[in-house]
Order: sequence, then structure tokens, then C-alpha cells
Amino acid sequence: MAVKRRATAPVFAALGDETRLSLVAKLCGGEPHSISQLAHGSRLTRQAITKHLRVLESVGMVHSVRSGRQTLFEFNPGPIEEMKKYLDRVSELWDQALSRLKSFVEG
Amino acid sequence: MENRIEKRIELKASVSRVWRAITDHREFGEWFRVKLDGPFVPGEVSRGHITYPGYEHVKWEAVVQKMEPERLFSFTWHPYGIDPKVDYSKETPTLVEFRLEKTASGTLLVLTESGFDKVPSDRRDEALRKNDGGWTQQMKNIESYVAQKA
Repeated sequence: MAVKRRATAPVFAALGDETRLSLVAKLCGGEPHSISQLAHGSRLTRQAITKHLRVLESVGMVHSVRSGRQTLFEFNPGPIEEMKKYLDRVSELWDQALSRLKSFVEG
Repeated sequence: MENRIEKRIELKASVSRVWRAITDHREFGEWFRVKLDGPFVPGEVSRGHITYPGYEHVKWEAVVQKMEPERLFSFTWHPYGIDPKVDYSKETPTLVEFRLEKTASGTLLVLTESGFDKVPSDRRDEALRKNDGGWTQQMKNIESYVAQKA
């Protein structure tokens, strides 16, 4: 029954923002991107993108890497894996509870 | 990002039977494995402790939201907050809803648990809608896994 709720709540919160979702969608292909690449085709300023990247960085979903004079941002799947495990666990506990309910009302 | 859990289960029992099993605090306690101090009352805190073997030290605490007879029962809680060192009360609770529907063979129970983040639901829903289709396989896995277990 032990689940890491504390670790996952900020990850859910970080993903509960349209801009950050779109940044994650761009990055989770695996290819590191620069801020300019991420800003391309978006109405957001570089500062706004940087701010959102910092939020994702704070929950470990992205990290920055240096490439020459450029800073690139790379996706890290770890926190999403944790989140999936958490949802799986809660989901499993509900399955067990509901199957007990079924026996209880049908028995 | 699908951040809710939904379960649908067909029960071979009448809607009124299922309603009693989920809203009578003693009956709820039987299958949920919790000993509750008193009846469920909308707007009031429900307290008790888990009776699941090995977790008897864990307190149960929820706030009853809605009780619409034979239709909807809901409460908010901190799911599986079992670490006694952690103050879960500071975290935004999730919402659990039990919806009942009469079927030919008995009752369809739809359970949802939502709000696994701290973002106001209106903004989150907008974000979910606008990003529909923009997801990679990894994201979809989470959703399909949860859906497949429903």
C-alpha cells in the first residue's frame, strides 16, 4: 500500500499546464532542444519558455546539458515512470476494493 | 495527460442494495476494510482507521461531498496517505465519486478518482483538451494502462 504520493503530486502539477505539456511533447522524443528551437513556432518569449523549463527541471522531468556555447534541454522519463507506478498502485487498490464490494453485494 | 482513474463494474444487485453498501458506514467499512467512527454526512469529516491486515495503524479521513440517493456518493481524501511522518493535510485532496446506474442485470457502478495534481480543474481541462493528440507513446501508455484495468 506504500506509494510515493509526495514525489508524484508535483509532477502531476508540473504537467497540468498547457505550455509545459507542449514542451514535454516536443522533448520526449529524446532529442535535446535549445530554447530557440523550443520557441520556434510558438508565441512565447524565450524568457517564458525558460521559466517553464525551470519548473520541469525542478521536478526532474528535464535537465540541461551544455553543447558548446548553447544550453540544451533533455527529457528525463524517470518522474513520469514514477507517476505511472503511483497511478497503477492506486488503480490496483481500487480493483481490490471493488472486487470485495462485488462479493459483498452479490454474496 | 490522463490524471484520473476510472473504473466501471457491473454488479448483480439492485441499485438500492449497492447504494446501501457504499453509503452505510458499517457496510462501507466491511468491503473497504475500514472501521468508521460514525455515519457519512455531506460536508462533514469522516474518521476511522484502516482494518486491512498490516495497515491497522493507518487513519482514515475523508470529507463527504455529495450524497444524492441511489445516484451519486462522493468524498475527498488523501489517497493512501500512510506515512505517519508526513502531514498530508497540506496537500490538495483527490475527489472520489461513486455513480450508480440501473442496468438490466443489476447496477453499473462507475468509480472515478480525480485531481492528482494541484492545478485548478478548469485550467487543467483546457490543457488536456488542447494537447489532445500531441502525445508520444510513453504518455499514452499511462492512459491505456489505467483504462485497461478499468
